[in-house]
Formats: sequence, structure tokens, C-alpha cells
Amino acid sequence: MKDVSSPCEIRSTCPYCGVGCGVILRPDGMGGLTLRGDPDHPANYGRLCSKGSALGETVSLEGRVLAPQVNGQETDWDSALDLVAARFRDTIAAHGPDSVAFYVSGQLLNEDYYVANKLMKGFIGSANIDTNSRLCMASTVAGHKRAFGTDTVPGTYEDLEEADLIVLVGSNLAWCHPVLYQRILAARKERGTKLVVIDPRRTSSCDGAEMHLAIAPGGDVALFNGLLAEIARQGAVDHDFLAHVEGFDAALAAAEAQSLAPAGLSQDEMQAFFDLWIGTEKVVTIFSQGVNQSSSGTDKVNAITNCHLATGRIGKPGLGPFSVTGQPNAMGGREVGGLANMLACHLDLENATHRTAVQGFWDAPTIPQGAGLKAVDMFRAVGEGRIKALWIIHTNPAVSMPDADAVRAAIAGCDFVVVSDITGETDTARLADVLLPASAWAEKEGTVTNSDRTISRQRAALPVPGQARADWDILADVGRRMGWTSAFDFQSTAEIFREYAALSGIAGALGRDFDISGLADLSDSDYEALAPTRWPVSAGKQGGRFFADGKFFHDGGKAKMLALSQRAPVSEIDAEHPFRLNTGRLRDQWHTMTRTARSPRLSAHRPEPFVEIHPEDAARLGIGASDLVRLKNATGSAILRARITSAQRPGELFAPMHWTGETGPTARIDALVPAVTDPVSGQPESKAATVSAAKVEAAWYGFAISARALAPRCDYWTVARAGSGWRAELAGFSQIADWEAEARRLFDCPGAEMQSVTDVARGLTRLAFHENGRLVAALFIAREPVAVMRDYLAHLPGTEAPEAISGRPPADQPDPGPVLCSCFSVGVNTILDAIETQGLRSVDEIGRALQAGTNCGSCKPELAALLERFTTRHAAE
Amino acid sequence: MVGRLVIIGGGMAAGRLLEALAEAGSDWKVTLINAEPRGTYNRIMLSPVLAGEKSYPEIVTHDDAWYRARGVACHFGARVTDIDRAAQTVTLASGTAIGYDRLVIATGAMPLIPPMPGADLEGVIAYRDLEDTERMMGLGAGTRAVVIGGGLLGLEAAAGMASRGVSVTVVHRNSHLLDRQLDPAAAGLLQRDLEARGIRVLTSAMTQEIRGEVGQARALVLEDGTELPCDLLVMAAGIRPNIALAEAAGLACARGILVDAQMRSSDPAILAIGECIEFDGQTFGLVAPVFDHALVAADTLLGRRTAYAIKEVSAKLKVTGCDLFSAGDFEARPGREEIVLHDPLRRRYRRLVIENDRIIGIVLYGDTADGTWFFNMMRDGTEIAPLRDTLIFGPAYQPEQAA
Repeated sequence: MKDVSSPCEIRSTCPYCGVGCGVILRPDGMGGLTLRGDPDHPANYGRLCSKGSALGETVSLEGRVLAPQVNGQETDWDSALDLVAARFRDTIAAHGPDSVAFYVSGQLLNEDYYVANKLMKGFIGSANIDTNSRLCMASTVAGHKRAFGTDTVPGTYEDLEEADLIVLVGSNLAWCHPVLYQRILAARKERGTKLVVIDPRRTSSCDGAEMHLAIAPGGDVALFNGLLAEIARQGAVDHDFLAHVEGFDAALAAAEAQSLAPAGLSQDEMQAFFDLWIGTEKVVTIFSQGVNQSSSGTDKVNAITNCHLATGRIGKPGLGPFSVTGQPNAMGGREVGGLANMLACHLDLENATHRTAVQGFWDAPTIPQGAGLKAVDMFRAVGEGRIKALWIIHTNPAVSMPDADAVRAAIAGCDFVVVSDITGETDTARLADVLLPASAWAEKEGTVTNSDRTISRQRAALPVPGQARADWDILADVGRRMGWTSAFDFQSTAEIFREYAALSGIAGALGRDFDISGLADLSDSDYEALAPTRWPVSAGKQGGRFFADGKFFHDGGKAKMLALSQRAPVSEIDAEHPFRLNTGRLRDQWHTMTRTARSPRLSAHRPEPFVEIHPEDAARLGIGASDLVRLKNATGSAILRARITSAQRPGELFAPMHWTGETGPTARIDALVPAVTDPVSGQPESKAATVSAAKVEAAWYGFAISARALAPRCDYWTVARAGSGWRAELAGFSQIADWEAEARRLFDCPGAEMQSVTDVARGLTRLAFHENGRLVAALFIAREPVAVMRDYLAHLPGTEAPEAISGRPPADQPDPGPVLCSCFSVGVNTILDAIETQGLRSVDEIGRALQAGTNCGSCKPELAALLERFTTRHAAE
Repeated sequence: MVGRLVIIGGGMAAGRLLEALAEAGSDWKVTLINAEPRGTYNRIMLSPVLAGEKSYPEIVTHDDAWYRARGVACHFGARVTDIDRAAQTVTLASGTAIGYDRLVIATGAMPLIPPMPGADLEGVIAYRDLEDTERMMGLGAGTRAVVIGGGLLGLEAAAGMASRGVSVTVVHRNSHLLDRQLDPAAAGLLQRDLEARGIRVLTSAMTQEIRGEVGQARALVLEDGTELPCDLLVMAAGIRPNIALAEAAGLACARGILVDAQMRSSDPAILAIGECIEFDGQTFGLVAPVFDHALVAADTLLGRRTAYAIKEVSAKLKVTGCDLFSAGDFEARPGREEIVLHDPLRRRYRRLVIENDRIIGIVLYGDTADGTWFFNMMRDGTEIAPLRDTLIFGPAYQPEQAA
């Protein structure tokens, strides 16, 4: 498999979502790389999404931390790690093992994860290791375990292509897992796969779907209970399969007792969905964060698995419940045991036999007797001073945790905080006592597991810069410095992987699903050449699907159906908080943007955080397009740009989750999300806060472009990469007397030549700064939200642009408009113009004319929407 | 009835009047008396002549043949000494008396000579006519000139001489050049451009005396003691209507000869036009209103009743490479708003004064291409609110429907 078309090409895996696409990397010899989709990888067969396609734009060393830092001062590794080891050792000695914690990430590779888990659970002796997958997948883990006895994804990606009906529940697959969505669209072309989307929002995934059920937030259990009752009513229960299932009667009784009202759908809509689901044998029910991130997330998962178990639609080609994960190695983290309530290799902390087996395998001095602190509880304990030493690895909890402001304060107040990351420029890394420079995606060796259990190699294509080191190496070094020399005497990822695979053999022997013992004897070169491999890999089983045979992992070997009843989200709508706030991902950004924000192309799609609001709500609150809106509740507040759209249900809002103190300090949306969790999974309810919303009346609004990074200080600001520089949105509540001084400070251009326009009566000021004839920055200030052609301006810094100050291109130069196709940087206006002048009538025709949508295809739904908008408008004229 | 029409003055107002009468085929038997020894030429093109960009013949608008063809009796180089309104005659310095049925006074304006010692020395000139121009053109490279007055005329004189290699200093009383046309910012840009041509500019400079040797001006001395040696001193500190004849004839005058909307003076047989008049409290120094006076006067003489109304005018500086455009009222006053563009990068400056959503004043420096567009909007009272945020950038930056 190492044989790729060129000796300097390297096969690896994309670091974004859980689809786990294969990529072929080609280093350019100057620290950068180009890449393409790996045509042989079973996750993507050569496809890449906009984010994956732009990976080459994210690997520069800009902002990288290249040496260990203690209290902000650079130091050497020995000093830094001796300090880490000593502080952890001393804290444990004084306060016990549960006074320390690791908070890790779904972006760690299996090998990193394995060492971290081994160190915490086997040697420190606490289960206080949790991962940001807690925010993402914990309800699925819990739901799988309740239904199947283990955290097992039954199906494979091929099922998406063999299904006749795909139901997306709480998943904007078109944006969040674009390659899977493209696989479904391709299959749809072949076999007419039907698509149903169940989501409170009308997302891009709804384009062309047979049905969009705009379900009320939290209504999923009611809907799937309704489906289960209807399955029974229509006689669609697979009684033969029920021989392998416990709990059917109770589950059905609960379902039949369920009112469907909480789903917020019409009887006709639901009946049509029920009939379609029941009438289609080959149905895959895909679910993601809309299901998981809920105080009833585990129940939602089980409401779905109940239906598949009742009909025996599981484990066979083209059908089954299918969880898609958000992170590149969320699955690997679950397998390794990176969650506070798991042991290792799908073994259970609560099971004494499992504990003994693992402790013996590790030759460990100790093993925790029960679950450690899950993320929300962990940071609560940090805030209360019960956790006194905390190591955060590759994640940004000061942004991404619910009640994020409180979490940020907790971290800031913790006695000793270690952060491993590739950059110090995150809200979390800025709070570290010790900042450790880790190697980044393109520099790392190891394995990751994707959403369909396929383990893929990640391979280094770029040299490790500065003093950065791999995470497994840093963790093992600390383990050795804490005294456990032989247990952490790892020399390579291959060695770690072999140990991990060997441990999984013990899990397999204990009857667990996760068994890759067939890989325990891989030579270094076999490991190096390892092709994508779906687990299990054992003497008894190689890849494939689970559960068609009716063999489950509960004691007794049966699956379980659960008696469920719908529970409303915990935060209640009241007069003071009349809106339900949904949060989620955007097409071209990922997590807290530490990587994607480096790409100008990706930043162009949605360069500013926003809140989507229904037109009726906006009208009632006097909120106009591009006004600023303040959201507020007892937990926190945010200021966001209004996007008025009927894709939103009245009374509900949506805001993206990506912005941080670095990119938009008033858009830290998790500051509004209360720390409410699912009682079973501990996963936060990230999509159901209640808030007030009000128009913000700023004294001034601003838009800025700059060739250099800029440091706003005003009441509202967000920055994004653009062209070769940055763009920023600004607003302030008090007047600025001297805009020139303010701008020169903002852009750090004290000596630049300045053009200016002032219209004092209108509150308009425009300043453009030039050095050596090239535009270095421009600032556009107005009393209302600034009306300039941002996407045109965004490309001007660094060029000779004496006309930039006009805020728009001259009449003879068209404005391309906001970028819609990130891969080819094609703007909305360009597309609309081509639709009109060239008479384009389909997404494919747009692709032929402009290339838009012909690479990753992520923008195809938006292209279709644009076509429809145009056609509708012209039909009306 | 064939009436006798006498015109005193052969400047641009008189030239335009003659044209209008000729075009209308009037029966007036015209006599033209001009103190300059020539007919009408385009006086505002003297600066290009000075700068060597045009020659005198190119700016002549009315030559002998023109007058001959239209039966105009010409007395060039002739000075009128007296108007006898009772007898309806004018008397020339030569003693010749010419009778009129209608008289048009178009005596123009005189340079304003600040009262100071030495103002009467040889080598002190104004900048009004071809003779003055030729004096300046006669300076050789390496000689020195001082221009008093940083207005349009003074700067054109300075630039013209500088282009001929003369070392020129402009002395201006106000704190910035062209204070009637420009605000300080635009004037600063202009000053920078003039200085780049080697012209020395002294603003807020008060003159004290002109020092001479043997009757010849040799240096201008400022109040602060600065001495500016010169071979020629050009007075361009302003103009005042030339009303001596009218006053002597007992016509009502204020700063200028008072006229009604038909250009009639207090004596209905006598009209006055051009820089010598005062209408509605205003005097005039630019060509556009002067032409309007001529056309109204022609109508009056033709028995048509046309009423003169003051129109917005714009001013341009005819110094190649120092384009400016100025029109309307750009004094800062309560209720007035302004949009200002400073653009040193493109060497331009723009200021629009807005009142009630309409342009009332325009100052453009460096790039005056859009001057007419703004001027038309000002003249037409176009409401600018919909264009306001991009207005200052001109028509190329307006949304399609508005451009």
C-alpha cells in the first residue's frame, strides 16, 4: 500500500470529521504540502470535502508553539517535563490520584490515547481521563452499550449505498460529513435512494430530500416511540429476531403510551414518515449531534435502536442504525478507553474481571474501581478546587465546554495546568502554566478509527518543527519521569500499537467486540504499510457487520430494547428566555478553528459568527438583516450578526459553535449553554439552551481588512483570514474620537500613508493605509452595519489598491460576492450572473460553466438553492 | 430703427455680447472701444500662453476680419475719458465724441494693488492682459519673480513663470492658498505640488514694502523682515470692479455698477456687464457668469425681456498637473454637513458640502474628472441620500441604477 504513484507521495488520513477520509500528501519541500483524496481509501475513494481539500493551507508554522513554555517563558523539555511530573506526583501524594485529571481529544491518535489512558488509569490510578468526545459521542456510546452491551457501530459505509431509505436524524450530513453525503447522493443517482431529514432546521442536507420533518427540539424520542408503536400496529415487528432481544414488550408499552405532540409535527407528516420507514426494509437511520447533544441523548439513541431491533433491521447490508462521529478519532478514543467511564478496549471499569485483566496486562500498580469524572463534572471539580493538576491535550475546553465562561475561569484558577497543543493562541492554551509543543497532524505517525470501524494509518509528511514532539512521546516521557520507566518505555507508535492490539485480544477473549489481536504481531514495516482495516481483526472475525446473527454483548447475549418516554430539554422557555438556541457546525469550519481559520478559502464561506432567526421573530424584535443581536441567559451572553432565514423555526435560533476569544470573543457560544447533561452519558445538552434575544444598538459599526494580523479591542469584533491577510467585523458602544489613532494602533501601521473619507453627519469614516504603494489595511466605520463589498475588499490587502477606500469595485468590475464554492473560490454573484446570462439550469451545468461544486461537492445543495431562488424570482416577475 | 450701440471694453463679456447680437441678426450699429490695442481674446487662456502651452494667436476669439464682417466700428487702444449721459455721447482721450442710443459698459476689473511703499516702481505689474503676460514671458531662466497673492491668477502666473525657469516665490496673506476656492487640506496638497515644481510658497505672509533701486523694484520685504529679491513683482492680490467711468457719469454704484436683472444701470440707456457690475450684492470674476451677463444684455438690447439669475459657478486652476475644481459654497456653517476624501496616494482631495441632502459646495483637487457630475447634481438639487456613502468617489462607484 505504500506504493503510491510517486515516491514523495504519502498516504495519510484527514484530521477533521469522523468519516476518516484517506488523503495522499505531497510535501512541497518548503514546509508545505499539496494533497488529494486517496482513490483507494474505502471511506472516500478519492473524494474530499472543502475542509479536506484546503488542508494544505493550514500547515504553515504561523502561530505554532515550537518550544516548551513554563509561565510563558520558553524552556527545555527536561525542565518542563520534570516540572509536570513533579507537580502531578506531588499533587497525587498530597491529595490522592483523583486530584489530577487529563482532558484529551478525539484528535489524538490511538497510540497517543493509549499511552494517556494507560498512564492515568493504570499508573496514576484514577479514571479522571475524559475526552472532548464526551461533548460529541457519549450518548451514542451509552446508547450502544444499553442496546448492544458494547459500544458497537453495527454497520459500514457501504450500507449507505445499499440502502433504499436514509433517514438523517439531527445530522446536517451535507456540511458536517460531506463525503458521506456525497456517497449518498451518488447512490441516490444510481438507485433512487430516498432521503428523509429530521432536524428542527432546514439545512443544506434537506436539499432534494423526500421529506424534511422540522421536529421540535428534543422531540426525537416521541417521534421514534411513535414509529415503534406504528411498527407494531402495522405488524412489521420481526418476531424471529425478537428472540435475540429483551425488553420489547416494555419498550412497546412505553412507546404506545407516548404522546406524539412533543415532536411538533403534523399527524400527516409523521404518518408519511412512519409508512416510508416501515415500508422500506433497507433503511439506515443516521444520527449525529442533534441526537447526542441532549439531556435525553442516550434515550434518543435507544429510541432509534429500538426500531431497528424490533424490525430486525440491523447488521445486514443496507440497513441499521448508524452513528456518525464528529472527530477524526472519536471512535479510537472510545476503543482505547479514553472516556472516564470506560476501561480500555471496550472493557468496563465496573467489571472486576475486566479490571484485573487489564491491570495484569499492564503490570500496573493500581486500577480505578469505578468511573472517573466526565467532562462537565471534571471542570466543575476543577472550579471547586478538587482537581488541582490538569493536563489538557489538543482541545479547547475554555471555548467548547458548556458554561464556557465558568470553565475558562475554572482553568484559570486551577493550581497547575498543562496544555499540549500545536499553538499557544487558543483560549485554553493562554491559561496554561506549562505549554508543551506537540507535533501536528501532518507530522504525526499513528492510527485513527473512523465512524465505520476502519483503522487507518496517519503518516508524517512534514518534519516536526522546532522542539515539538509527538503526544505519545510526551506522555510516555512524563510516565517515566513519574517513576514508571518500563511501562512507558515506548520507542515507536508501532510498539504501542502492538501492545494495544494485544490488549484487545484479552478484551476479545472476555467476549467483547473490540478485538484487533490479529494485528498484535505486526512488524514495524507491516505497521508502516498497514492498509485501512475495519475491526474486528481476530482469529474469529475480520471486519464486516455486527448483529445480523443476533449475537449481542450483554450477559446472556441478547440485545435490549428500552422503555422510553420523551423528556423535554432541561432549560425551559419562559417570558424572559423565549428562544431555544441550537448550536452546530458550519460547512467550512471545524471545532474552534485553530486549523481551519488559517485557510482564507475556508474562512470565506461564513467569515463572521451569526445567529439565524426566523423572519417573524426578527420583525417582532425589530432586527434587520446584518444587525447585531445580543443573546443572553443566566449562564452567559453573546453578540452575533443576525441572519434572517425561514430555515429556522419560529422561536428557535441557531448559532455556530466555532468562534473563540481569538476569533470573536462575544461569539463564544458555549458561554450560553448551561452545564446540563444527559444523566446516562454525561453528554452536555449543547443544542437546547434558552435565551433572550435583542437587537444591539451600537454607537458605530466597522469592517476592516488588513495584510497583517490585527488586534481589535472594541465591544464586538471577529476576525477571519482573507486572501493574503485578514478581515474583521467590529462594533462599539461608545464613540471613538480619533479614528486615525485607533486605526493605526489596530493595524500597527504608525507610518503608513493614509487615505480617508469622513462624513461626520453620517457617522461615516473610512481609512485606508498604504506602504510602498501597497494596501496594508483599511477600516470602514458607519453608524449602521457597514455596507461595503466585503468579498471584493478582502482580497485587496497586499496589492496596489488605491481604490479600496471606496468600499466597492468600480462599476466595470463585478463583485464576486460571498464565496459559495470554497474549492474553486466561486462567489454567489458570479454564479447568479452565470445562471442568468448563460441560462444555466442545473447544478451540473453550473459546474461545467464555473467549476463550482465539481471538486468536493459540499456546496451543491447551496448551488441548488441558488438556482431555485433565481427560478422562483423570475417566475414571479 | 437703426440704433447706435456703443460698447466700452473689449474683454470677454463684450465679445460674447457681440456674438449674441450678430447671431440674432440685430440692427444695432455697433461701435467697440477697447483700451487694449486689440479686439477680444480668451483672457482666461493667458495662463497657457504664459506657460508656453499655447500661443497668443490661438486664443484670439475675434480678429479684425470678424469685426469687419459684422460691421463693428472698432477703436482699439482708445481710452474713454467721459460719458455724457445727457448728450448720450462718450468722449475718447483723443477728443473724439461718439454718440449712442444705448451704451454698454464692460470695463472689467482692475488689479487690487495693496497700498504699500514701492507699489509704483517699475517692475511691479498685475496680471490682467497680454502685455502683463508678455512681461512675464520676457523673464529669462535664472531670474527671480515674486507673486503677491496665492489666488487662481497668482498661482497661474507663478506656475507659468516657473515653467520658464524663473525662480518664483508666492507670497500669500491667508494661511492657505486659494482660500476662496479651497479648504486648508486641498490647499496643502496644492502647495506641495507647487513646491515640487520649485515654487516657493509663503503663507500667512504680510507684505511691508517693495524696495527698489533707481526706480526699479528689486525686492519685496515682509513684515517679519524677510527680503525676497526679485526682478519682477506680480500683483495678484485680487481684483475690484472698474467703475471709475460709471461713477464719474453719476451711475449708481456700490462695489460695482449696480444693474437690474436686465443688466440696466440706473440710467436705462446704459447697460453694464461683466466684472465691473454688481448684481444682488455680488460681483463677478469668473467667465461663466460674465457670459450670462452678455446674453441677458443682448436680449435687453433686442427688446426681449430676459431676467438674469445668478447660477452656480465652478472654478478651475489652469496649472497643468494641479487640477482643482471648486463650486458653490463650502463655508462651514451650522446645518451643513460635509463629506471629505483625503487621498494623498492618488494625490487627490475631495470635499462636498451638503445641506438638506443636497450638494451645495464642491472642492476637488488633483482629480477633477468627476467635477461636472458633482456640479450637475449641485445645480439640479439632486437628493444625494441614496448615494451618500459612495458619493464622494464619483459616478464610477455608484450602483448601476444611480450612475
